[in-house]
Amino acid sequence: MTSAVSFKQVSRHFGSVRAVDAVDLEIAPGEFFAMLGPSGSGKTTCLRLIAGFEQPTAGSISIFGERAEGVPPYRRNVNTVFQDYALFPHLNVLDNVAYGLMVKGVGKASRLKAAEEALSLVRLPGYGARRPGQLSGGQRQRVALARALVNQPKVLLLDEPLGALDLKLRENMQEELKSLQKALGITFVFVTHDQGEALSMADRVAVFNDGRIMQVGTPEDIYQRPNTRFVADFVGSSNVLPPDFVQRYSGQHRWGSLRPESIRVSSATSGDGVAARLVGTNYLGATTRLAFDAEGLRLHAVVPAGTALPAEGGAVMLTFNRDSLHLMDEPA
Amino acid sequence: MSLDAAISRAPTPAILPGSGGMRGALSDLFWRRPKFLLTLMLAPPLLWLGIVYIGSLFALLAQSFFSIDEFSGLINREFTLKTYGDLFQAANLDIILRTVTMAALVTLASAVIAFPIAYYAARYARGRWKALFYLGVMLPLWSSYLVKIYAWKLILAKEGILTWLLAKLNLLRLLDAWLSLPIVGGNSLSVSFTGTFIVFVYVWLPFMILPVQAALERVPGNLVEASSDLGASPGQTFRNVLFPLALPGIVAGSIFTFSLTLGDYIIPQIIGTSRLFIGQAVYSQQGTAGNIPLAAAFTVVPIVIMGFYLWGAKRMGAFDAL
Repeated sequence: MTSAVSFKQVSRHFGSVRAVDAVDLEIAPGEFFAMLGPSGSGKTTCLRLIAGFEQPTAGSISIFGERAEGVPPYRRNVNTVFQDYALFPHLNVLDNVAYGLMVKGVGKASRLKAAEEALSLVRLPGYGARRPGQLSGGQRQRVALARALVNQPKVLLLDEPLGALDLKLRENMQEELKSLQKALGITFVFVTHDQGEALSMADRVAVFNDGRIMQVGTPEDIYQRPNTRFVADFVGSSNVLPPDFVQRYSGQHRWGSLRPESIRVSSATSGDGVAARLVGTNYLGATTRLAFDAEGLRLHAVVPAGTALPAEGGAVMLTFNRDSLHLMDEPA
Repeated sequence: MSLDAAISRAPTPAILPGSGGMRGALSDLFWRRPKFLLTLMLAPPLLWLGIVYIGSLFALLAQSFFSIDEFSGLINREFTLKTYGDLFQAANLDIILRTVTMAALVTLASAVIAFPIAYYAARYARGRWKALFYLGVMLPLWSSYLVKIYAWKLILAKEGILTWLLAKLNLLRLLDAWLSLPIVGGNSLSVSFTGTFIVFVYVWLPFMILPVQAALERVPGNLVEASSDLGASPGQTFRNVLFPLALPGIVAGSIFTFSLTLGDYIIPQIIGTSRLFIGQAVYSQQGTAGNIPLAAAFTVVPIVIMGFYLWGAKRMGAFDAL
């Protein structure tokens, strides 16, 4: 089966900066694919390479089996939802949505009808006559989505589309985007720096760092079985355990990761476990995040709200299931 | 250094005492009554604008309704439309038509030349190149207008560098063919309407470049990307996104190029034919002919034209971005 998007040893260098460095990537048709990474990790450049705003310095890109290097953005059947939406301020909402059809020469009546349908798809029917400036951030986001979807792209690219929305709206949009993608069956490529967003929405996630892909896998893979210290730390701020520590519990001299939620805290002062001292508590509502100092090693645990906690500075015993200690591939 | 050491522990009052004296009292007064300060600052310019500027405009308008006694050459200060009757004679209408056509052509050419320069400056020029752009555009404005025009007279003259260059390039025939055309032609470029046109465009071009550049500067770069992403070719992006968003700037610039060309009387006098433009007509009517009413009536023409022009520009949203 041909991939929706295929990168073979793709690099994009800006002078001496290697924004994207020898990346191999296969995105399957109909997949909801997330590119996750800190800012400057190359995820947005990868998106721009797919859209055609950037050309690779080396390597080859194909979209549904067709070579894309040297093909300008306007000849790619790929559409983008921009981070700040990039709606045309001089056109009303309906003309914004119909823009792609207009430049393709679709007649006025049928393109406005299609635009109206796209607006109902994103639950903004009847907003066509307004100007983008009269809409809220969430509404603009939906218009940007409708403007891209009306062209029935082979691949839809989303560049941190939820970044500017407040928490409540963001959660709603996450659900909506996901169900929209399921309903339309279009390949979505989603760039985000928010690991929660990537894990909750994507079928597969690629974790980027320094222009390279550190790991590609299902959200569960990425979260439960990170292969490097970077992935473990970036996705869900896992406890990264040094080889010496890991050897005591697993017998292997390798880097390990331990999820904060798999650590249990007891106030016993002796017995099995890791002796530690509570040095900080962060109340997060449903859970509380605790910071411990275990002989110089900083460990975090997340416990449900309402758990009895020792006083700050108090000695505790930390225990965990051996199974939840994940050994990473990264050499010690 | 600790915070304690840095901050004196002496008790401080919650309300500081006034600084006292005239200045202190005045500062407090201005703070309490901000409108008083505003009035003080605005009074001189408003008086200037209201009395000297608007006043002289009205005096001018009034003059145009007087008439001249053809025997004595004295001004008859009675209301009459006779002067306007004189204005609409065929010879004078010719002058008006010639001036308006020239102003329109100069505006059009300025817009076409200015756009790529402004686009480069707004989109690509950064740092040192941007400074160079501003310097390049503004530098001609800092040198004397007359010097520039006489320099152009030398450039465009029959013995000038342009003719010499075209001769070297074996393109003299092209120039001769152009100069043999009616209306735009002449003995040499410096005594033809073509020459007048070239110098007008040169002199007013900065007034077009700067507003267009400011308008393009406000167009976010990702709109161009979005247009391209949605399938628009560069030409379609220009027509549907860049041009409409730059239009207020173009119209604002055209107000300068159009009105400045309408009123100028020096350029067509130094470079061009003996046929008059409005500015020259005003100059000769109020000077040698001594016909102040007709000169005033001539002056009203560009004012009325610009009135309509600004009204149209406002309808096109040229002032929305101000």
